[in-house]
Amino acid sequence: MATVSMDQVNKVYPNGFHAVHDLSLEVADGEFMVLVGPSGCGKTTALRMVAGLEDISSGIMRIGGREVNDLSPKERDIAMVFQNYALYPHMTVAENIGFALKLRKLPKDKLDAKVKETAEILGLTEWLNRKPGQLSGGQRQRVAMGRAIVREPSVFLMDEPLSNLDAKLRVQMRAEVSRIQRRIGVATVYVTHDQIEAMTMGDRVAVMRAGVLQQCDNPQVLYDRPDNIFVAAFIGSPAMNLYEGTVGDGGRSVRLGSQQIDLPGAVTVAHSGLASYAGKTVVVGLRPEHLPAAQAGLTGPVLTGDVDLVEALGSELVIHFTIDAKRVVAEGAHAADAEAATISGEGVARVDPRTPAKAGDRLNFAIDTDGIQFFDPDSGAAIWT
Amino acid sequence: MRNRKRTGWHRFINGVNISTFLVALFIGLPLYWLIASSFKTPVNIGVDPPQYFPDPLSLSNYKSAFVDYDFGIYFRNSLIVTLIATALVLFLGTLAGYALGRLPMRGKFPMLVALLMISVFPEIALIAPLYILLEHLHWLDSFQALIIPDTAFNVPFAIWILRNYMLGIPKEMEETGRIDGASPLRTVWSIILPQALPGIFTAGIFCFTACWTEFLMALTFNSSNNFRTIPVGVSLFGTIDITPFAQIFAAAVIATVPIGILVFIFRKFVISGLTSGAVKG
Repeated sequence: MATVSMDQVNKVYPNGFHAVHDLSLEVADGEFMVLVGPSGCGKTTALRMVAGLEDISSGIMRIGGREVNDLSPKERDIAMVFQNYALYPHMTVAENIGFALKLRKLPKDKLDAKVKETAEILGLTEWLNRKPGQLSGGQRQRVAMGRAIVREPSVFLMDEPLSNLDAKLRVQMRAEVSRIQRRIGVATVYVTHDQIEAMTMGDRVAVMRAGVLQQCDNPQVLYDRPDNIFVAAFIGSPAMNLYEGTVGDGGRSVRLGSQQIDLPGAVTVAHSGLASYAGKTVVVGLRPEHLPAAQAGLTGPVLTGDVDLVEALGSELVIHFTIDAKRVVAEGAHAADAEAATISGEGVARVDPRTPAKAGDRLNFAIDTDGIQFFDPDSGAAIWT
Repeated sequence: MRNRKRTGWHRFINGVNISTFLVALFIGLPLYWLIASSFKTPVNIGVDPPQYFPDPLSLSNYKSAFVDYDFGIYFRNSLIVTLIATALVLFLGTLAGYALGRLPMRGKFPMLVALLMISVFPEIALIAPLYILLEHLHWLDSFQALIIPDTAFNVPFAIWILRNYMLGIPKEMEETGRIDGASPLRTVWSIILPQALPGIFTAGIFCFTACWTEFLMALTFNSSNNFRTIPVGVSLFGTIDITPFAQIFAAAVIATVPIGILVFIFRKFVISGLTSGAVKG
């Protein structure tokens, strides 16, 4: 039981690569903290610094209030689950789980009891005498978890533990990992590049980019009030539509290409900072789920787009459309080839499955103005009051 | 109908099986001839037409090899030299292979290149200087006269095999060991070495075979009968006038037995990748 605290932590590799910049983060006791970001954003490095597998170039790392900068991984009382599980292939499941306890010279009967108890929690009892090579991916994953929880560490670290599982199993294990974490109630730092994993599992989510912490908050806040374009584009699937727009009427309307969108009073109050952008360019963010198809007799603001493609998911239609405004790409939020494939003016909307829409149609989308976001085009920062 | 399922003995007839059979024949026939001849009487070995099966079956050649030709001494000497040299090679090779494969270190590449160059250096070029060196050490006619050079000649190859094997073990193994609280030595002993066993066995079999069959140094450095190994001893069977083929065949059969046993026991390790299951796969 402990907290993790990072204070202005930096990591600079000998070749000069600055992997983590001034990272300050507090993980409360029992909290499930997810570090998320595209590959190479420094999230794994940050985790390895908590584990003690990577030296800290500057800053202070504390676990349970104690400075651990110069402590070895063993002395930090942490447990870690690796992406490839790192099970000992020559040991049975029981030996794998009990190895750390054996090193602590725990008496054999106590060790066996602990291993058994852990195996029961994870449903591994009947596999205890198997070797890792004889287990399925999901079972290996559970052994890796078992090896970590049997030691009753004060901090639990996980480095993309689900990324080697197939999609269906991943969803299942996601819930299982969360359940186990709640049950043992230990502060957990979990690294992933999958924003859905981050949103569904984390009590709080820290979004990182190029070694810099972008925003750390609970998942709903990240979704509703992203601090900048990167977080806005990274969180949510399909990703938020980002267009270049011009602010008009002292912040009471915005123009996207040839279309003018009048903003209701509530929006202009919430985003009063827009007034200072009058006549200037801003980035307008609209999530696909905030663009339902317009019903007859609608009075609110509307966005009209040319339908390129309709994907039926059963529960909804995902409509890809084009408008004549310039599409903005949040650098690094998506894979490079996905960025390169972005077409100017392209957008995505999620609409009711009964909407009559087909490629080539011109469709009106009602804009749910509560969800509309504005960003400074230069700094990328969100514009609020 | 290319994919129709073939049944009966027809399914064994395919390119792979036929070529395997031919290769086995190529290796197996001389071996069969050796074993069969070792059981023939000396007279029957050279008869025309040749005897395909020994008749009468006789063990006298084996007895004679031990009794008349000191084969027991040669066998013991070979065993001493080979086992000690192999143990030394594996000990040094494993440590060096671990260091070169897994530890951050300067100058790894030049070291590996140097090792490779040493391992292909022809033995015969070093025979004369080595002889002089051993003479100065008063090591001629001793076991160490063979053990030390055998170790030196085989260690580079073992390092290469083991280093490559160590490279294939995921680095998370050490990290997870560190987190579990294992000391560096404990990590190597309990986590890395067991996973490197197939590599150690492979290197061991190669080294054992090389030392067991080494001829040139054994002939040059040890001229006393008490320190001769099998290859030299057997080559000196008989006199200028008589070549006792029957006893030579018997000795050769016994000489292949240890290597056969070794390969038979460890074939699983040599072939298998024991690391499967350590990581995703």
